[in-house]
Amino acid sequence: MITLTDYLVLGAILFCISLAGIFLNRKNVIILLMSIELMLLSVNMNFVAFSAFLNDLAGQVFVFFILTVAAAEAAIGLAILVVLYRSRQSINVDDMNSMKG
Amino acid sequence: MATESMQNIYLAIPLAPLAGAIVAGLFGWKIGRTASHVVAILGVAIAFILSVIVFNDIVIDGAKPFNGTVYTWMVSNGIQFEVGFLIDKLTAVMLIVVTFVSLMVHIYTIGYMHDDPGYQRFFSYIALFTFSMLMLVMSNNFLQLFFGWEAVGLVSYLLIGFWYTKPTAIYANLKAFLVNRVGDFGFLLGIAAVLMYTGSLDYAEVFKAAPALEGQTMQIFSGHDWSVMTVICILLFIGAMGKSAQVPLHVWLPDSMEGPTPISALIHAATMVTAGIFMVARMSPLFEMSETALSFVIVIGAITALFMGFLGLVQNDIKRVVAYSTLSQLGYMTVALGASAYAAGIFHLMTHAFFKALLFLGAGAVIIAMHHEQDMRKMGGLRKYMPITWITSLIGSLALIGTPGFAGFYSKDAIIIAVRESTIAGSGFAYAAVLIGVFVTALYSFRMYFMVFHGKERMSEHTREHLHECSKVVTVPLILLAIPSVIIGAIFVGSMAFGGFFGDAIQVSTQHMISKEVTHYFDSWWGLIAHSFADWPVYLAAAGVFTAWFLYMKRPDIPEKIQQRFSWVHTILVNKYGFDRFNEIFFAGGSRMIGSLFWRVGDEKLIDGLIVNGSARTIGWFSSKVRQIQTGYLYHYAFVMILGLMLMITWFVFR
Repeated sequence: MITLTDYLVLGAILFCISLAGIFLNRKNVIILLMSIELMLLSVNMNFVAFSAFLNDLAGQVFVFFILTVAAAEAAIGLAILVVLYRSRQSINVDDMNSMKG
Repeated sequence: MATESMQNIYLAIPLAPLAGAIVAGLFGWKIGRTASHVVAILGVAIAFILSVIVFNDIVIDGAKPFNGTVYTWMVSNGIQFEVGFLIDKLTAVMLIVVTFVSLMVHIYTIGYMHDDPGYQRFFSYIALFTFSMLMLVMSNNFLQLFFGWEAVGLVSYLLIGFWYTKPTAIYANLKAFLVNRVGDFGFLLGIAAVLMYTGSLDYAEVFKAAPALEGQTMQIFSGHDWSVMTVICILLFIGAMGKSAQVPLHVWLPDSMEGPTPISALIHAATMVTAGIFMVARMSPLFEMSETALSFVIVIGAITALFMGFLGLVQNDIKRVVAYSTLSQLGYMTVALGASAYAAGIFHLMTHAFFKALLFLGAGAVIIAMHHEQDMRKMGGLRKYMPITWITSLIGSLALIGTPGFAGFYSKDAIIIAVRESTIAGSGFAYAAVLIGVFVTALYSFRMYFMVFHGKERMSEHTREHLHECSKVVTVPLILLAIPSVIIGAIFVGSMAFGGFFGDAIQVSTQHMISKEVTHYFDSWWGLIAHSFADWPVYLAAAGVFTAWFLYMKRPDIPEKIQQRFSWVHTILVNKYGFDRFNEIFFAGGSRMIGSLFWRVGDEKLIDGLIVNGSARTIGWFSSKVRQIQTGYLYHYAFVMILGLMLMITWFVFR
């Protein structure tokens, strides 16, 4: 029997992987975007699991919203990335440090 | 005369010169030179005539002294600050002296300052001085006294620096101002002490309250009880030391000779410098209550009288010789005050005002004739070129050294006898000092006289050709001053020196009074002359004159030899005992050092370094550390966000 805990553990593992992806990644901005997508998916996993176990459809409705937003976000993110590459000739994360004081 | 009209006269005496000063000072550029001196002289002449009326009323007709308030300036916490007049015999005498000498000097100035571009300014200043001095002597309270005191100081400052493009004049007037501040500091503290202990600034009320202070003590430093009266009197006398140039606050007076000669005569010989003497005489009821203060006064006076006289011996500048003579004579007056012979002090003040103004104006006449050459070594034999100046200067010198019959003789003898009879501590030293002083006075006076008017003509050929007697405006004041220099002593000696002339204006406690046996000589002026030949001073003066004649006429080579033989003495005297040097190194240098200490350590290090720049530096250092956190890398920010999130969750879960 697969319990709620297992789903939540899976969600947490996915979240941690995406987190690690953000921190450890020194190379590519695309990986950052992918990690963020993965983070959203891990959250979706929690929503779906709770929705099923609590017999409440609101959670699954939220998942659709999140998927929609994630799609939009990915589109915008990639668009920004293209513009960034045009101006910087690079998508290397280490090159992007102009936010420091 | 009716009281009402007398009061108007009192008011008009100081205001007439003030009006003259304002007109000449503010509108002098418009009305021109002649109109300026006319208006200034008119103001002073009016004051003089009215002073004669007052003198006649108070002294000769014996009217009651007037003591009244003219104007109440303000009332603060029950203390009245007033402008008021106290007109008694002391004031009447001072009025005559001040206005007469001032009038003479005004007239003389027409000749002396003839070509000066600051002509109107000069007349404005001296008229303003006359006003200030009159306010000082007519005052009936300490506040107005202090006003007059400071006002004469201010005018003195302005006039010493009259030729303000001359660096030495600027140095001298600054020096006079600063040294006088030292004295004024004591004076102001004295007035404050008077106010604190008697609750009033009015002379009459203070004198009434003073006996209650007998025996009271105060603690300035904890554990030391000082008599209140002694402290007050010594503080007031410190003020007098500044104004009347007593050692060690005398250093400004010789340098004040940088000013034009008429003001040397008026301010730095005849009137302003005697303000301290007048003030102490006015405060006689207070000084009589403190033996210690009187001893202090007599010792300071004796030191000044003797040691400043010595300095006159080595000076070559004609005005400086007269200046040191003034210092020495002020010392005599101070000695008289210390010996409780206030009347004799004022008497000497009066005679000295006439003959010293005469000597100064005579010196000024010589300086005009010599085309502003003041070095006596370049003079000599002026007698035949300038007969009036010669004869009047001779009269002034004879009066100064105390030749029997001349004015200075009576007043100086009165002082010497008073000191001899005095029993106050320090009077023995003072007696020796004034006796030696007689010899020294005669020596330097006639050294100057012989060097200027007799002997070889040492001036340049060019100067000799232009030598001639000065114009009438110069010689007439000389003659008018020479007359009182001869006769004033004989007229007033009987009443003034020992005769209780001043009445209640001067109070002497019974134990300080000079016994009747001594004073019976002074019932008549000829009695005093007759008696003088049985005593030291006349012979000392004669010896001084003879020595001067021998050294500077007969054997002019001897002074040179003495100077070489005793070069260390000469060095000490030329350096004026090192007072100037000491002041320059210790006080001026010391305050510069303290100033630079405050600048380097206090300002640069502490305020700029630690507080202003220090706080900026600290913030800069702090932000440079904080800046390290802000790397600009997205993953750092994300990491911090996650870390924060986790901390918050932990806190939520485990609290």
